[in-house]
Amino acid sequence: MLFQPVNKNYHEFCIIRDKDLCINCKVCVRQCSYEAHYWDESRQKVMHDNTKCIGCHRCEALCPTAALNIVNKPSDFRTNSLWRPVFLQNIYKQADTGGVLLAGMGSPVDIPVYWDSMLLDASQVTNPSIDPLREPMELKTFLGAKPKRVKIVTGKDGKPELKTKLSPQIELDVPIMFAAMSFGAINFNLHRAMARAATETGTVYNTGEGGLHKSLYKYGKNTIVQVASGRFGVHLDYLKAGVGIEIKVGQGAKPGIGGHLPGEKINDQVSETRMIPIGSDAISPAPHHDIYSIEDLLQLIFALKEASEYKAPISVKIAAVHNVAAIASGIARAGADIVTIDGMRGGTGAAPAMIRDNVGIPIELALAQVDQRLRDEGIRNKVSIVAAGGIRCSADVVKAIALGADAVYIGTATLIAVGCTLCGRCYTGKCPWGIATNDPKLSKRQNPDIAAKKLANLIRAWGHEIEEMLGGMGLNSIESLRGNRDKLRGVGISDIELDILGIKHAGR
Amino acid sequence: MAIMKYVIIGNGIASIGAIEGIRKVDTENEILVIGAEDSPAYGRPLISYLLAGKIGPERLALRPQEFYEKSNVSTKLGTTVEAIDTKAKTISTDKGETIEFENLLIATGGIPFTPPIPGAEGSDVYNFTNLAHAQTLISKAKEIKRAVVIGGGLIGLKAGESLFDRGVDVTILELSPRILSLAFDENAAALAGGRLAEVGLNVRCGVTAKEIQRDSDGNLKGVHLTDGDFLQTEVVVIAIGVVPNYSLAKDSGISVDRGIKVDDHMKTSADGVFAAGDVAQAKDLLFGDDRVIPIWTNAYNQGFCAGKNMAGTDIEFTGSLAMNSISFYGLPTISVGTVNPPEGDDSFEIATSLDEKKKSYRKLVFQNDHLVGYVLVGDIDMAGMYTAFVKFQMAVPEDAKKQMMAGEPDVLMWPDDFFKDTWNPGHVEQD
Amino acid sequence: MKRVYPDKEYCIGCHLCELACMTAHSKSQDLIVAYREERGKDGLSSCKKVFEKGHTCVAISCRHCDEPSCVAACISGGLHKDPETGHTLYDREKCVGCWSCLMACPYGAIRRHPTEGKIVKCDLCAEREGGPACVAACPNAALKYEER
Repeated sequence: MLFQPVNKNYHEFCIIRDKDLCINCKVCVRQCSYEAHYWDESRQKVMHDNTKCIGCHRCEALCPTAALNIVNKPSDFRTNSLWRPVFLQNIYKQADTGGVLLAGMGSPVDIPVYWDSMLLDASQVTNPSIDPLREPMELKTFLGAKPKRVKIVTGKDGKPELKTKLSPQIELDVPIMFAAMSFGAINFNLHRAMARAATETGTVYNTGEGGLHKSLYKYGKNTIVQVASGRFGVHLDYLKAGVGIEIKVGQGAKPGIGGHLPGEKINDQVSETRMIPIGSDAISPAPHHDIYSIEDLLQLIFALKEASEYKAPISVKIAAVHNVAAIASGIARAGADIVTIDGMRGGTGAAPAMIRDNVGIPIELALAQVDQRLRDEGIRNKVSIVAAGGIRCSADVVKAIALGADAVYIGTATLIAVGCTLCGRCYTGKCPWGIATNDPKLSKRQNPDIAAKKLANLIRAWGHEIEEMLGGMGLNSIESLRGNRDKLRGVGISDIELDILGIKHAGR
Repeated sequence: MAIMKYVIIGNGIASIGAIEGIRKVDTENEILVIGAEDSPAYGRPLISYLLAGKIGPERLALRPQEFYEKSNVSTKLGTTVEAIDTKAKTISTDKGETIEFENLLIATGGIPFTPPIPGAEGSDVYNFTNLAHAQTLISKAKEIKRAVVIGGGLIGLKAGESLFDRGVDVTILELSPRILSLAFDENAAALAGGRLAEVGLNVRCGVTAKEIQRDSDGNLKGVHLTDGDFLQTEVVVIAIGVVPNYSLAKDSGISVDRGIKVDDHMKTSADGVFAAGDVAQAKDLLFGDDRVIPIWTNAYNQGFCAGKNMAGTDIEFTGSLAMNSISFYGLPTISVGTVNPPEGDDSFEIATSLDEKKKSYRKLVFQNDHLVGYVLVGDIDMAGMYTAFVKFQMAVPEDAKKQMMAGEPDVLMWPDDFFKDTWNPGHVEQD
Repeated sequence: MKRVYPDKEYCIGCHLCELACMTAHSKSQDLIVAYREERGKDGLSSCKKVFEKGHTCVAISCRHCDEPSCVAACISGGLHKDPETGHTLYDREKCVGCWSCLMACPYGAIRRHPTEGKIVKCDLCAEREGGPACVAACPNAALKYEER
């Protein structure tokens, strides 16, 4: 083409094909779901169209001769610290389409990552560190309301007996859970993988709001079922299927926004599971239309407790927003057993880019504030806190627990484990890695056998690392770390940030 | 001599099939093979390759010598069985031996069919079905310039081609209007005939030999044709076909029809006596009735099935399927199953695709939404995929039919369950 | 015996198995040389073939059947069953290129060599350490080499 409109010309990536290595085997052509690679009949060789490349690196990964490199387009706009390229590109796009900018995965914007500004402690001399390979190390965590005090009596056989009636608990062998990603947003193969991996590693996965496929009911002991504003796939058996129920009020990536799963993603299985017609859009409203107050929330919580015969703890998931601590307090008082806080860097299958990148607050600050507020109000024992949204490694998990979390959810990390490269085009349904797609040709790229193994490996690996970090701090259980902010120190952050996080600066 | 558990009369492919069948079940008891020809089992179709000079005699053997040793098979070659006593369960040979058997397989194959042509008796008229015939023709080919082959079927064409490759000017006579009339239709025959003509072979259809002309000394002079022509020649090869070599069985009181009658376990009317190969009249896969189908693969399969039954397993013969694969100077052809359905029978549906330039032809014969036969000329690479549909008698839905007609049959057209049982058996999804 | 089992549920149609097969059976043992040069010059080709129909695909090759039709059909003794390993063995030297096996194999697992009058058929990479190359190359575990 002689003429390139500006929005095509300023594409993001370039495909570099090494002529000495490329054998024109067309593997890249078959792998690229965006048709960036193609077979040129007249030239009799594989060619590519840089404008179509989304930078997913699938071709690079599958190229048998390592002939491909995907690089950022070297040609750039004139340097301008206000009008950064992304703004220009977005304006070109919107000037063409008149539409809302969509985005997938978590926000890539440059806001402080407090995990990186917090450092962990380690024992030296006086309080010796513990070697997890030689000594017991407890990663077990129970999610659910804990009694204020317990009453123990001596039984007839002379042994102590617990008199206090405990609330239902979710038992986790590791304090890491697979986050809510609905069946529909990601495909069945990954739901199977999460279910199997959670079962294998003694943790749980969250169904998201898309219901639970009938063949996965058998993994119920390792499942949290979600009830969201669209109420997709919710029925009595579903509510009783898991070990916990989560009411999703908000999502970190798009606080205040509902969800929209396009009709193209609703295939026969998704349709059956969500209980909606094939091909119809699945729209989750922004609010729950039956929740306009803490009292309304209380009603739903107890409706769900009734439905599940008080056997499953109820979690309420909210996005981390400005008044998160007060909201969490209300949730605890409304009778929830778990409050889940999703930070602004949490992932999504689709969100308006403006919302994703500009609404909400980082999880670190939200978590510290929620934990502190519940302690201050003397109701911390009434709920477990689960932190989510941007947990990248086991050190983040340890820091989250030290800030007050009982456990964490990992969503983005889960997907990365099975190949996601954060190309951020989940909303197109063309995920080249077979993750955020129900296209049978693409979703089969996720073999649940492989995916389950990778997810279980990830949980195990992080578990080992957590044990090592705990041992280093002279602790031998998650219980001793929870809310133990003395194990954290801040670096390079302001007094106000230190105050919000409730930690001292390094050196103090 | 002790009672032999297994005796096989005949040393061809049915016999090999039987040995391999027996050894699937019984790896211990000795097997005795009695062969009339004094050579190890050879690939009968290979004699045309030998005659053509494409292979040497060292490549004739079907199995290496250690095969017999490893399989615990003893052989008596150059030995003819003269009689079978089905009551006493013994056989007697021309060497004066009497051998007691427990299980006997008659795999005596076929013998060339020679029609009564005046002048056929005498020198320089040959058949072309065994190694001796080939060796004779090889030595003869050096002396002669011209040869006439009577019969434009598989054996005739191969004999003609091989002699032609030895520098002999060959004319092939075929009584029916086209060559390979059983396996081919007009289009396929025209392509194959065209290829032969291109190379320089003379193929004349619709005529045959009326009389073989000899001089007063009895020397062969030529052939008078039914259309009045006369062809000078030094050699005549009669290659009309083979008929079951069942006289031994018949004389022993074993039931015969067009061949030795066998049940679905390849058993003859006599206790402990089985038959297989070109001599047997066995179940046809497509038609269900019993037929003699003198085809290589059937001989092996029947032998294999008989062998297993002889060794005590209860295995039914799945049925014979006519199939031929022949190449004409680089032009490959394959024909399987029913290729010329009876005219006027509406239950058949035929789809053809002919590209004369590319010398490519495809004919598919369907009956009641099943593929029952096909012919391929030129592009034969997908043959096996068509064979699957004929052999496994899978229904062909409309879209699959279209794909087949486009020349692109594949395993993904199979019914799902059958596919899984075949390719990924025992695999169960966890959830 | 161990065989290669294809799983069409997870075959992604990348054709890497074909490339691996070709390389494993090449002189150079180098994919680039094998594909660019030996393929054209020597007619090097894969024993594996990927079939695609809609969104389904599967990579197939010789099943090494217990009772193979190809062995029954072989007129030259070029194909036989190894009683010890169970492999269906192909002896290139004996093959006369009659295509009987190609016709008889209902699994379509035998192909013509592009330049020689010989066939191409899976040998389970008998010489290769670590088993069949196609299985090792499959990025999605859609080919399994195992005892069943």
